[in-house]
Amino acid sequence: MTEYNFAYLDEQTKRMIRRAILKGLAVPGYQVPFASREMPMPYGWGTGGVQVSAATLVPEDRFKVIDQGADDTTNAVSIRKFFERTAGVETTEHTAEASVIQTRHRIPETPLSEDQILVYQVPIPEPLRFLEPRETETRKMHSLEEYGLMHVKLYEDISQHGAIATSYAYPVKVEGRYVMDPSPIPKFDNPKLSDCPAIQLFGAGREQRIYALPPYTRVVSLDFEDYPFEASKADHACDLCGAGDSYLDEVITDDQGGRIFVCSDTDYCRGRREAGHVGTQAQDAPMMTEARA
Amino acid sequence: MSPQPLLQVRDITRFYGTRIGCRDVSFDLYPGEVMGIVGESGSGKSTLLGCLAGQLAPDAGEVLFDTRTDGPRDTLKMSEPERRMLSRTDWAFVHQHARDGLRMGVSAGGNVGERLMAVGARHYGDIRDQAVDWLGRVEIPADRVDDRPTAFSGGMQQRLQIARNLVTGPRLVFMDEPTGGLDVSVQARLLDLLRGLVREMGLSAIIVTHDLAVVRLLADRLMVMKDGHVVETGLTDQVLDDPQHGYTQLLVSSVLQV
Repeated sequence: MTEYNFAYLDEQTKRMIRRAILKGLAVPGYQVPFASREMPMPYGWGTGGVQVSAATLVPEDRFKVIDQGADDTTNAVSIRKFFERTAGVETTEHTAEASVIQTRHRIPETPLSEDQILVYQVPIPEPLRFLEPRETETRKMHSLEEYGLMHVKLYEDISQHGAIATSYAYPVKVEGRYVMDPSPIPKFDNPKLSDCPAIQLFGAGREQRIYALPPYTRVVSLDFEDYPFEASKADHACDLCGAGDSYLDEVITDDQGGRIFVCSDTDYCRGRREAGHVGTQAQDAPMMTEARA
Repeated sequence: MSPQPLLQVRDITRFYGTRIGCRDVSFDLYPGEVMGIVGESGSGKSTLLGCLAGQLAPDAGEVLFDTRTDGPRDTLKMSEPERRMLSRTDWAFVHQHARDGLRMGVSAGGNVGERLMAVGARHYGDIRDQAVDWLGRVEIPADRVDDRPTAFSGGMQQRLQIARNLVTGPRLVFMDEPTGGLDVSVQARLLDLLRGLVREMGLSAIIVTHDLAVVRLLADRLMVMKDGHVVETGLTDQVLDDPQHGYTQLLVSSVLQV
């Protein structure tokens, strides 16, 4: 513990990141450039989220990390241990008990509250990147609110697939102004972005951008009048806890075509099972929990 | 013809360092009129077109455009958002190379629909209907609406570019060598199509080309440029049949006779 400054980063760096966060909160959805540091992990493993978490954490915080909804995958375990060691903060797997939650690609099923901060790991912060490769041009498009191109992408989806096939990183418009990439969360989670009581912070380490949604921000998923946005999930209930309202992972169980659907949010699923909810395959539950990890 | 010019160009000058791009170019363009600009390579015609269309900043001069709401305004003094709004509603720009004007990774329908979506269209069915309608007008079969421009021939790409530009009903079209690089039979059909659209929609157009046959077919008036200066202007037939300036005479006599 003594070898590291609190939460790994030096105080000057944390101040720089906090300034970017404050600016991001003041201009919801706007991508604030920041001087991203080298972190002791490769790009793409959450360097942006880790830096935002480091700048956000205080010693009294209780920290939770999820990766695709799960507390027990490599990425989540590593980042949790990283802050246990460098910040000495308490950690938890319970969504409701955490004050700072770092997430990769999911929003927890349990509704968040006003005293919580949700930190997203963002690989590509620019929603227009694959439509317009020039950063100079995309910045101009943001500043002039020229977002026709975003709808061209959705148009292409419908013309090729008969429906908007974009299922994750689904573009949203923030407070009627900036179009934002919500990070690769499934579009099932998009409605949870809007009017959320918690602070939502987005950190992209390699791309050196931070953006933010203050509490109770209006976030609208882009769509067409005749092809409205639909928050989709697998048409199934969780086979372990029976939940019909949570986002599901499909897990292959053998080489005979056997498969089950389980909650991607492990904390939510465990909480329900502890409360006595049972899915159709619950007798295999312990084995299945191991299989998916 | 309405007494109010659509576009008034006054003393447009653009330098590249100490070299002249174009110098002191002035003219008026009236609604429904097609103006041709001819000259050899390096004579400043593309520079001039860039200055008029807001793609290059001229060093001096003004470009007054008769806007729908506020009457004549100097587009060079407009704010960037206003100018870009203009360039996707009332203006259109047809590039010489269709690749510069199209999104090659997006289907033909998406290309045509982009300008509609950029000005706020949010109904997929309507956008698609308009796209199919416009593909028909430029003689692209409706069943190619979901194909990408990469699967199109050069002539089809150029026609698609025209459809993409005209879909929002612009009043002024800038064309930079619209038939360059196409073989003659394709050129002829494209010119025929352009002539029809210009007449039908009452478009005003400024066409830059070095092909005198193109201006004879399309342009009402002609401006001949040499070394950044306008050396001769007049009605197209008058300039081509009775050229006054030495350079124009050279230009007209250089056309190969088949």
